[in-house]
Amino acid sequence: MKLDVSASDAFVEFAGIQKTYDGETLVVKNLNLRIRRGEFLTLLGPSGSGKTTTLMMLAGFETPTAGNIVLDGAEIASVPPEKRDIGMVFQNYALFPHMTVAENVGFPLRVRSRSKTEIAERVGKALDMVQMRNFAKRMPGQLSGGQQQRVALARALVFEPKLVLMDEPLGALDKQLREQMQIEIRHLHESLGITVVYVTHDQSEALTMSDRVAVFENGIIQQCASPSELYEQPANSFVAQFIGENNRLPGTILSGDGTRCRVALADGTEVQATLTDSAPVGGPCLLSIRPERVKILPAEGSLPNRFEAEVRELIYLGDHLRVRFALAGLDFIVKVHNAEDRPSLDIGTRIPLGWRTEDCRALD
Amino acid sequence: MTATNLLATSDGVPLKLLLRRAERMNRLKSLALVAPLLIFVMIVFIAPIASMLAIAVQNPEVAATLPKTLVALKDWDGKSTPGEPVFAAFADDLAQAQKDRTIGFVGKRINYEVPGARSRFLKAGRMIDAGGVPPWKDKFLSADKDWGDVEFWTILKRAGSTVTPYYLLTSVDLRQDASGAIVHTQPDQSIFIDVFSRTIWISLLVTALTLVLGYPVAHLLAILPNKYANLLMILVLLPFTTSILVRTTAWIVLLQTNGVINDLLMLLHLESSRMQLIFNRVGTVLAMTHIQLPFTVLPIFSVMKSISPNLLRAARSLGAGPLRAFVTVYMPQTLPGVGAGCLLTFILCLGYYITPALVGGPQDQMVSYFVALYTNRDLNWGQAAALGSLLLFITLALYAIFNRFVGIDKVKFG
Repeated sequence: MKLDVSASDAFVEFAGIQKTYDGETLVVKNLNLRIRRGEFLTLLGPSGSGKTTTLMMLAGFETPTAGNIVLDGAEIASVPPEKRDIGMVFQNYALFPHMTVAENVGFPLRVRSRSKTEIAERVGKALDMVQMRNFAKRMPGQLSGGQQQRVALARALVFEPKLVLMDEPLGALDKQLREQMQIEIRHLHESLGITVVYVTHDQSEALTMSDRVAVFENGIIQQCASPSELYEQPANSFVAQFIGENNRLPGTILSGDGTRCRVALADGTEVQATLTDSAPVGGPCLLSIRPERVKILPAEGSLPNRFEAEVRELIYLGDHLRVRFALAGLDFIVKVHNAEDRPSLDIGTRIPLGWRTEDCRALD
Repeated sequence: MTATNLLATSDGVPLKLLLRRAERMNRLKSLALVAPLLIFVMIVFIAPIASMLAIAVQNPEVAATLPKTLVALKDWDGKSTPGEPVFAAFADDLAQAQKDRTIGFVGKRINYEVPGARSRFLKAGRMIDAGGVPPWKDKFLSADKDWGDVEFWTILKRAGSTVTPYYLLTSVDLRQDASGAIVHTQPDQSIFIDVFSRTIWISLLVTALTLVLGYPVAHLLAILPNKYANLLMILVLLPFTTSILVRTTAWIVLLQTNGVINDLLMLLHLESSRMQLIFNRVGTVLAMTHIQLPFTVLPIFSVMKSISPNLLRAARSLGAGPLRAFVTVYMPQTLPGVGAGCLLTFILCLGYYITPALVGGPQDQMVSYFVALYTNRDLNWGQAAALGSLLLFITLALYAIFNRFVGIDKVKFG
């Protein structure tokens, strides 16, 4: 998938958006983001990173302090939320407690003055879509969290909005239900072809559901890329740390040739790594290595990076083992597949480890 | 748990019994904790109300003071002036009453129904003291021919019962005529229906005003950031820090003919003459609304505080304009608070006394004023208790109606 979205392709465009609440600190600093029609884009970041503010500005509940938001070719700064034609799903569902499920789902159609028969028909369809037809007459308070979320989804989709926003919609559900709903939302997105902007702080949710993920930190998009690119080629150490697990080895870049570089660790060990834009040659860097990309007992000479490390701790996790090594005086985690031929790892023994240059990135 | 199970199975002791036994100590402990308040409430709340309800129908004066007369009246036909035996017994009773100094009480009681009866009783007492001798009937009749009135003796006989509907009937402008039928009191004495409807009307008006004024304030309180909301909350609660008497007096200063508000209106040339703002309905309603505002605002505020702002946002994002979202989504959810606040204010208003007494005119006095009047000035406790009981019944009835149509379980005070 081509990741850069051209201006003509953009369905939603944030251009130079800034937002401050108190006039002193910027919650969102210079946000530039283009979203394609039909795309599932996730805004991912820790709390306070500006992702929800961004979503609220798009929905119309917050006003940008500077910059433009364009939706479907039109600037929407002065358009009130109810005229934006954006469906929204909230974290705590925000179902109207005094209305039945059917009345809740019918609400957007009623305010659009649709006929009774049309409302009944479309509400029925929307409830079918989320398998909630049998609950039409219930009150929201009589439903479980997952059921309420389905109703909220149906309500946000029933009026066929241009765009659907979801603000941590699964945050209040337990793990199993959350995973099931992730798949359901993903399928709804695919079958309806809608554009979705999704906010979450859960990186695995972002990876599961999204076409692209924009990682927020301190009001800045650190990286906006497909899930695999985010994981395989994090742009900086924040992204590497936030998405998945990684081993971080501080060092200094000795020399580089455009894509590769040599890095010296604190104890003088030299490592072959991939050079990124975030760390300059000659400066300090953090080496990021994913635990599952480390090979134990590699054949001599098969990998450019090969070091001996001491086994410190073993954690048995069924399908794999987490092994903590001491490498160059630092903790170093390796995930070892629990295959029938895995080597025996005794605490205190020194074992050779190795990894490819591509799997070791020199970040800021 | 397992131990209990084993016990139950081997000894055959039902598990529930064991549970109850185990919980008994806890229950006793919690009972002991609430006991002081429970006893307090029983003594200062339940008991006075019960005694008020009793006083409203009690009628001890005649039965206690004129026992022989009542016996003699048993055989009376009720059509003509009673004969000598009745008058003899009456003289006997009065002589005793004169000695016990209770003649004034019985005279006063009969005076409620027969104007002028009290002075006649006192006069008769003095006559007997002066050493009168039989035949009594002629003596009484020659002293005052009203002693021969058949209706007087009918009323006296009826007043001999220890329980009477008299006070309650009077409270709703009804009375029993000579034949015992219930009829309306004379128009010049019919004031209580008017007083009760005035009480209810003023209470409704004040409740409505506090709602109209308080609802936006409650909303503002609920949506403001904490630091401003706290300040506003202090302002809302400020009236609680001064006594109701001081606040009412302050209204007198403001509203009187030469008061601040009239001065201001004259200064701005908004009125050509000074307005009468006090000692009438305007002053009463204004001062009561001021005092009642926090009572209406607080329950509404606490309900509004629990409504997620996301609900309004959801309604807006689904296509409802700000007004429509507010009316269809927000307002229905504030109803429990509105119900609680209004019910509280309305019931408190029904019992208002000081404020109408100080800033109202004669036509603004509410039921409590008359309760106080009968208690303190007329010493007619029966009437005071009857009015009080009626007010209690009206409150309970309104509460029941409210419960029937709104549902008291839907009301939230916090």
